[in-house]
Amino acid sequence: MDDLLSEFLTETNENLSVLDVELVKLEQNPNDPGLLSNIFRLVHTIKGTCGFLGLPRLESVAHAAENVLGRFRDGELTVSAYAVSLILESLDTIKGILSVLEKTEAEPAGTDEDLINRLNAMAEGRELPKAGAGAAAAPAAPEPPAEPPAAANDPEQLFEPVRAVPVAVEPPRPPEVVQTREVAPITEAPPPAPVPEPQHRAEAADAGPAAAADKGGESAVAQQTIRVNVDLLENLMTMVSELVLTRNQLLQILRSQKESEFAAPLQRLNHVTSELQEGVMKTRMQPIGNAWAKLPRLVRDLAHELHKKIDLQMLGAETELDRQVLELIKDPLTHMVRNSGDHGLEGPAERVAKGKPEAGRVTLNAYHEGGHIIIEISDDGRGLNLEAIKRKALQNGMVTEAELAGMSDQQIQQFIMKPGFSTAAKVTSVSGRGVGMDVVKTNIEKIGGTIEMKSLEGRGTTFTIKIPLTLAIVSALIVECGGERFAIPQISVVELVRAADDSEHKIERINGSPVLRLRNRLLPLVSLQRLLKLGHQDEDKRENFIVVTQVGNYTFGIIVDRVFDTEEIVVKPVAPILRNIELFSGNTILGDGSVIMILDPNGIATASGTMTVQDTSIATTEVAKQTRREDDKMALLIFSAGAGSPKAVPLSLVARLEDVDLNQVELSNGEPVVQYRGKLMPLVPIDANWSIVRDKRQPVVVFADGDRSMGLVVDEIVDIVEDKLAVELGTERPGFLGSAIIAGKATDVIDAGFYLTRAFKDWFGNGRDGAFEEERQHRILLVDDSPFFRNLLTPMLSVSGYDVTAVESGDEAMALQESGEQFDVIISDIEMPGMSGLEFAEAVRASARWANVPLVALSSHATPRDLDRGRQAGFNDYVAKFDRDALLFTLQQTLAEKGAA
Amino acid sequence: MSARLPAKRTQSTEISAAKNEDFVTATIADQLFGIPVLQVRDVLGPQKITRIPLAPPEVAGSLNLRGRIVTAIDVRLRLGLDKPTQASRGMSIVVDHKGELYSLMVDNVGEVLSLSADDFERHPATMDQRWREVSTGIYRLQNTLLVVLDVSRLLNFASIEAA
Repeated sequence: MDDLLSEFLTETNENLSVLDVELVKLEQNPNDPGLLSNIFRLVHTIKGTCGFLGLPRLESVAHAAENVLGRFRDGELTVSAYAVSLILESLDTIKGILSVLEKTEAEPAGTDEDLINRLNAMAEGRELPKAGAGAAAAPAAPEPPAEPPAAANDPEQLFEPVRAVPVAVEPPRPPEVVQTREVAPITEAPPPAPVPEPQHRAEAADAGPAAAADKGGESAVAQQTIRVNVDLLENLMTMVSELVLTRNQLLQILRSQKESEFAAPLQRLNHVTSELQEGVMKTRMQPIGNAWAKLPRLVRDLAHELHKKIDLQMLGAETELDRQVLELIKDPLTHMVRNSGDHGLEGPAERVAKGKPEAGRVTLNAYHEGGHIIIEISDDGRGLNLEAIKRKALQNGMVTEAELAGMSDQQIQQFIMKPGFSTAAKVTSVSGRGVGMDVVKTNIEKIGGTIEMKSLEGRGTTFTIKIPLTLAIVSALIVECGGERFAIPQISVVELVRAADDSEHKIERINGSPVLRLRNRLLPLVSLQRLLKLGHQDEDKRENFIVVTQVGNYTFGIIVDRVFDTEEIVVKPVAPILRNIELFSGNTILGDGSVIMILDPNGIATASGTMTVQDTSIATTEVAKQTRREDDKMALLIFSAGAGSPKAVPLSLVARLEDVDLNQVELSNGEPVVQYRGKLMPLVPIDANWSIVRDKRQPVVVFADGDRSMGLVVDEIVDIVEDKLAVELGTERPGFLGSAIIAGKATDVIDAGFYLTRAFKDWFGNGRDGAFEEERQHRILLVDDSPFFRNLLTPMLSVSGYDVTAVESGDEAMALQESGEQFDVIISDIEMPGMSGLEFAEAVRASARWANVPLVALSSHATPRDLDRGRQAGFNDYVAKFDRDALLFTLQQTLAEKGAA
Repeated sequence: MSARLPAKRTQSTEISAAKNEDFVTATIADQLFGIPVLQVRDVLGPQKITRIPLAPPEVAGSLNLRGRIVTAIDVRLRLGLDKPTQASRGMSIVVDHKGELYSLMVDNVGEVLSLSADDFERHPATMDQRWREVSTGIYRLQNTLLVVLDVSRLLNFASIEAA
């Protein structure tokens, strides 16, 4: 099925099931505005998407229902049982149409005039009885679920469907049955008939199987995701870990036996276990960005409250970590960001006086390193004030003057991690209440993590949180040293070098410190034996192995006696009494059943005293920019047609790919057409020399808009690739946007619009805008909570020559604002969960950087009052959500106005 | 009604607990020790123990108990006794402390005794400081004395470092 369609089906089905529940709640709770606006938003989303996809029948039903809901929301109508039933009936109708859509990929024929009339009447405050049998039956006859029985709570309505609607072949769905049951005893009516009467059954016999298949009610698409209790996943993970260990033991046994009949099944078990392990791991991983989602807003509020300018940069938001760990670090992180903003950063005036940029920067950076997740929180503020810390420490009696004198700066800084320590001169509402870093530290240590701090007075402070991947399974290298075996996480091992007196590599010493010449560089070495205080120093061994290890950008070698195999291990945290030994990140059980300690390369690097504080802030900023650009990839359909390089078109524009039998191609008005889903579809060849060869099949790329579709005749569909669409060379050739490098090849990007207008002159209204010819691409920020819409609009706007960045919420958009992104126009949906479009507009207008960026609202209920509300919030213009032409036109207008201003 | 029942039951167990408590007995250097039976998870014979470098000397290492990693504590060293001779060591009592398992290495594990509270006494003032720290008191048995070990204090290593 078409991706767009299936995504639409999934999303809509999800929304519908939420709606079912919400509506019932609404009935009991008619005055809950939150509930109403949520319902309204959901119906609105359904309507908007239908409109864009060109599903007129669905759209009209949703639209009528939305109207009624709108009146409820504005308090112009009261919520009654009848009204709720009517809305529920609309939902059932929508579900019916959707199920046909899912099977045939097309809307069933027929109208829902009766329902819509009743909805419209409701919107005007009248209750219209259900139309007679004839009217409803005639147009709807050929398709099964046109009119699901209206199971109204209203007693008058109750038995209407059975009598009046012969096409109600579909047995009532479970929720309706429940409803009718509730009503029946009250009215003392005969039990409601769950199925239509026999003669009606017979009438609808041909539709029977479809209806039966429908009985499940739920859409197959909607069932692709389920919610699972986290405890269950947790359990599953533990079991899989044990399975992995058992598997390892079995493999160990197998290795010691030359020929075994268990070899083959064990091999299979091995593979299956690996895959199972991988799958279960994935279920638990979540990007750390989830824990950060609230930070931009928090920083914004903080900035307002403290009259500071704060830039929040978030890098590596996609770094995944165990969701349990994620939950636990959420609060400490929030606290630390708050601290950085409040204590760390100076006020704007102070910053300018110090020659720093006015806006202070708080950077969050997350990445994997050596089997850990590292999260850095750094600011470029005033740094820790050593004198203030000393004073406070003395004042609180934590330390004596003499002790202080003997302490290093680093040690003094550590005081801020002690309970009841805050150097903030005044207690603000934000921080400085004495519950501070000590709580953060305790929380992080609770999950086996560590927190480090580097601070330079006047330059800023960096906190580094290191969290081990508890329960995670990692690949580790097993080494031996001083008669004991240890595991080193494979991820930090770069290479292995054998060092012996007679080989080309040999350990040399500078004032006792061992080093190794490796490819013209000196590699610092750490003796594991010495570090772990294992037995006597036996330095004059003839043969050693060096495990070249990388931590961050520091590379060093660990001297070990022997190197064994690599093994998959389950990292288990060490017992609490051993947690203060920094050299170990955990322990595990090996395949042979013995316990082994896992070395922590970071700990070794720190213990060997070679870690240096590096000023990496500039470099990370650069990387951040780059990654943002790289993320803007889209799926492109690559095909060949005629001579020359391969052609590409954004996949989201494509409705379907078809293989057309050329024998069925007819000529209409001299142009080739083909019968397609009961309509004539014009075929437009890219290759001008194309001619119809009978008895052949030809691939056709189908573009669809509403009920019109057009087939672009190509020679061969080559591939679908994910790449950034960067048109490099413009072109004068009609039908081409230009050339781009896609999947490493020069590819012509097709101007789909050109071919669409070839088929239907009025496809885009009159004339396309020439935005693409302009030298600079206009940057557009698209804010819409529906992934479907983002997918649809992004390529459409890109093809029209805009550089589009799509985000799913106002919060996310504000995060871009914080990170310094600039846009020419912002398009925003109005109905969004969380920050609504209107709130977002206000936030944009209040922001420092985007105050003057034109804002276009994207919404399908554009009544004059809505327009007013939007304008007040700061929107410049309103565009109906499903009107591509209007959107493009408005964008052009807005940009022109902006340029003129 | 039903809500009140469990309360009664707890009361009755408390009463019996006050009267009689069960201990797993162990001998170290010919001294009899007792560990409350409810804290004991397992009794092990000689095990293969992995040394843990840099760990406190009382931590003998860790071992694999049916897929769980157990930290082995040398109770002899914890009590300030000499390193055991090779012949006498071997048995361990696995205890649960705050969700973690620890294997307490002793010379021998004996039977489970149910002891009456009447025979319980606080430890004499002359007892070694280290011993007083890790025990709750002493039971007077017919032929010998039994020192009750307090697991949580036994595993609290901070106190040794301070000493």
